[in-house]
Amino acid sequence: MLDLLEIVVSTGFWAATIRIVSPLIFGTLGELICERAGVLNLGIEGIMTVGAMAGWMWVYQGGDLWTGVLFAALVGALFGFLHAVFTVFLGLSQHVTGIGITLFGSSLSYFVYRMLLPSATTPPKIVPFQTYRIPFLSDIPLVGEALFSQTPLTYLALLSVPAVWYVLYRTPLGLAVRMAGENPVAVEAQGINVLAVRTGAVMAGSAMMAVGGAFITMSAFDAFFFGMINGRGWICVALVIFASWRPGKALLGAILFAGLEAFQVRAQQVAGAAIIPYQFYLMLPYILSIVAMIFMARKAKYPHALLVPFRRGERV
Amino acid sequence: MQIVPRTHISPVRATLAPVTAVLATMLICSALIIWAGAPVLSSWLFMLKGALGSRFALTETLTRSVPLIFTGLAVAIAFRSKFYNIGAEGQLYCGALAATYFGTGLITLPPILMVPFLMLVGAIAGGAILIVPVVLKTHLKVDEVVTTLLLNFVILLLVSYLIEGPWRDPMALGWPQAASIIDEGVIPTMLSKGRLHYGFVFAVIAAVLVWALVRFTVWGFEIKAVGLNVSAAAFAGININATIVRTALISGGLAGLAGVSEVAGLKGYLTLDLSPGFGYTGIAVAMLAQLHPLAVIPAALFLSGVYVGSDAMSRAVNIPTYIADVIVGMSVLAILVSVMLSKFRITWR
Repeated sequence: MLDLLEIVVSTGFWAATIRIVSPLIFGTLGELICERAGVLNLGIEGIMTVGAMAGWMWVYQGGDLWTGVLFAALVGALFGFLHAVFTVFLGLSQHVTGIGITLFGSSLSYFVYRMLLPSATTPPKIVPFQTYRIPFLSDIPLVGEALFSQTPLTYLALLSVPAVWYVLYRTPLGLAVRMAGENPVAVEAQGINVLAVRTGAVMAGSAMMAVGGAFITMSAFDAFFFGMINGRGWICVALVIFASWRPGKALLGAILFAGLEAFQVRAQQVAGAAIIPYQFYLMLPYILSIVAMIFMARKAKYPHALLVPFRRGERV
Repeated sequence: MQIVPRTHISPVRATLAPVTAVLATMLICSALIIWAGAPVLSSWLFMLKGALGSRFALTETLTRSVPLIFTGLAVAIAFRSKFYNIGAEGQLYCGALAATYFGTGLITLPPILMVPFLMLVGAIAGGAILIVPVVLKTHLKVDEVVTTLLLNFVILLLVSYLIEGPWRDPMALGWPQAASIIDEGVIPTMLSKGRLHYGFVFAVIAAVLVWALVRFTVWGFEIKAVGLNVSAAAFAGININATIVRTALISGGLAGLAGVSEVAGLKGYLTLDLSPGFGYTGIAVAMLAQLHPLAVIPAALFLSGVYVGSDAMSRAVNIPTYIADVIVGMSVLAILVSVMLSKFRITWR
């Protein structure tokens, strides 16, 4: 029991938590933006895979890391555009489109990877992002090691939370996005093109998701292998509901979740932990996501126009 | 641009939708073939030959279509009532788990009873795992997409634990797999050569039964009504919650049968790689069939042919086998557009 408590106060645990939370933040914020605009983007798993492969492959072919991230974001935005054409423009089923994009995106990533690296038995590696210790702040005892001694993409993830909050809640663009998800007719009454706002939101959200995927291959690990994303995308969808579609709560939920991941890895090392087989530790994230959704279900304030396609000039 | 509903959809137009979707998919995927540096037409012909060109190929295509028919039916009936069951993969494994639990020596019955018994427990297991997501949906309005999906991962980990641990077959030379299904429980093969087993017959019967259920029974009517317009169905006095629960149990049961047929018919024992994504491909099958139970059979045969043929194609012209998965993913997107075009007319002003 003491061993378990020891884990929670160790710097290694918190450093790992912040590291694990980074792709979750990108994915959750990306999905949050899409859903706030009224579009359920179930292509997240595929888009994260695409981002992971695209960013990694860019660096492997000789590009540098940051342009690789940009390339991943671009490819993500492209898939977001594809999603928007189906769901926003044509008003087709958002569920099926999302699943189609996931299937298409993942399989295309694997196909392209196999095409460009046909004979790779062990996955080749790139030089990933290195940790950058922020000069003064990283010397603070517990917090310094955990928060200020991470890779650049993690800093980007943490900064994107207030950034998304600011854009959503303090800019006219963010207001238009939120309104598009609550009452698109009101948006149209203002003379703003609802379809454009929704498409832009889905593209921006998908770009963020792709960067989240790129984090895994370019920062957390240094290679791309099949099944990398491993359900993280779906967990982000659950986290958006848990966060009541608010960026701040999304960060909290993601940290809670990442904390559990970091905890279960370390808990397995504790003496006596081998009684419970490792598979049950691995199950915890998924089960917890379902529990999180149950928790928030009663009070869930869905964006009113979520899943409702908008047709111009239509009266609700 | 305006999207105007068509007043009358001829059956020809309706059946043309999946055909155009497939053709569009093949056209776009030809770009991938060109990128791989292979001749387009002969590549497709290699795939066709690999799927249907020999007796062996034909039996393989038919054999591999069995789980796809079951999962396709599972997804089709669920989607009909707008219950988005993405958990067919996990339900398949649940059926396989049940078949393994009961069929590896726990109970012995004569074959004529054993096989249906295994199918029954597999179906019950597949449906049972859906109870949690469906109750969450009906009582707490929790979206079933994420819950069914996440359960897939949980179930796969459970299977991994069981076949590496308590259910591990000591005679399997260290390879993680469960004990074999006893002889009385094995679904017999249909032909002297090849792996085609009577699971195919069961799958076709299941398709006909599901079609009859949807077309001729009150339950089927309620399923369709709930899917088309929930408020109208509730207004008409249909018990929405009961209908959704019923649909989920049937859907899970069908997916569970897929698992039973793979374990008891094809492989004979449970392994972790029993299903290379049948649950997800089943979604493409259901969409191509436009959620019609009988159309699931040709759709499943088609996608099964794509998978079997892509093995041959990749051997002949050095294209990664993932092209089959790309075709599956793209056909989901293409069929959405095709069905829309068959139901609506686009007018330009």
